[in-house]
Amino acid sequence: MSELIGLAFAAFVVENIVLTQFLGICPFLGVSKKRSSALGMGIAVVFVIVLSSTITWLLYHFILDVLAITYMRTIVFILVIAALVQMVEIFLKKVSPALYKALGIYLPLITTNCAVLGVAIININEGHDFAQMLVYSTFISLGFLFVMYIFAMIREKLDFSPVPKAFKGTPIALIVAAILAMIFARFGGII
Amino acid sequence: MNKLDNFLKGFLKENPLFVSVLGMCPSLAITTSLENALGMGAAVFFVLTLSNFIISLIMSNKKLAELVKPVRIPVYIVVIASLVTIVEMVMHAFLINLYESLGVFIPLIVVNCIILGRAEAFASENKPLDSVLDGMGMALGYTGALVIISLVREILGQGSITIWGNLAIDLGFAFDFLKIQPLDMFTKPVGAFMSFGFILATIFAISNHKANKKAKEVKGQ
Repeated sequence: MSELIGLAFAAFVVENIVLTQFLGICPFLGVSKKRSSALGMGIAVVFVIVLSSTITWLLYHFILDVLAITYMRTIVFILVIAALVQMVEIFLKKVSPALYKALGIYLPLITTNCAVLGVAIININEGHDFAQMLVYSTFISLGFLFVMYIFAMIREKLDFSPVPKAFKGTPIALIVAAILAMIFARFGGII
Repeated sequence: MNKLDNFLKGFLKENPLFVSVLGMCPSLAITTSLENALGMGAAVFFVLTLSNFIISLIMSNKKLAELVKPVRIPVYIVVIASLVTIVEMVMHAFLINLYESLGVFIPLIVVNCIILGRAEAFASENKPLDSVLDGMGMALGYTGALVIISLVREILGQGSITIWGNLAIDLGFAFDFLKIQPLDMFTKPVGAFMSFGFILATIFAISNHKANKKAKEVKGQ
């Protein structure tokens, strides 16, 4: 149990997916201009990462590994993710129109979010068992949501700050991300 | 648009990394040494050139194009993922060191926005030869951008340039001469975000300056 708590903490802050592993930078910079959209994107990502990691883990261990075709991993995983995102979209539209309205526009963007495929592959590479996989993918995606929300709050304030012309937009966002990364790097000393 | 333009536009005018700001994740993660940047560039070159070629072959056949159109994104993804799998297997077999240092970012070439972006924006509407030239130009432009970032990070962070394997230039003497030391920070994530931010700002400043100059000239006339 304590091992799982350690893994959860590591996934949440120490090995934060955006700031130390550089996965999911595109939505991190692209959809973080407003707090509400950052929250929507973050929640959609948590949902999809946990679901897709579970399915790809099961597929890898019970089908690909058994048939000894593990080299098909990349193709199978990306197709599963693309199909899954589509299905989640259809499902949400039917079952919960309110939730669909909130998350709908972010869902198609998630297919090409490298965090989703990245987490699925990391789970396999690190040899996580089922419980570890579940904890890791939950907390790493919550880490994404957390950092994304903080970043969106900073960027809302940034709009009113006198930023040099050349730094407007992406450059200043990257510098802010660098400062955030500096803070998160310090968490490494805790465990 | 002529063939040379198709090839050259990826270098500066439509550079995928510095102008369109696509494919950020690997550009931040693997630019810790020149060797990694070159390896990543080579992988992207292979995948992008061939995927552009195959996709434009599919789409320039009228019958096939009609068939594929409604499901074109999954088709593109399958083509790209197959090519990436080839790269992954070749690297694993022959370049094990590079394979290990690039790690998860080799399979992640599949979701690199540049490749799918070029497939959708260029290869699906142009002839195979043009698409190949476009893919090569874009991939070389991307590699060039990776090389610039990795040079900044490796020189400032480690005081050396690793060209390939053991072939490296040690810049320790320059640091001794200036009585400074390489800053470890630049090999860490902080340095990645920081150097990319400053490089991008420099490029924006240059293009702003050029745009201003042009505007003035137009006014003057």
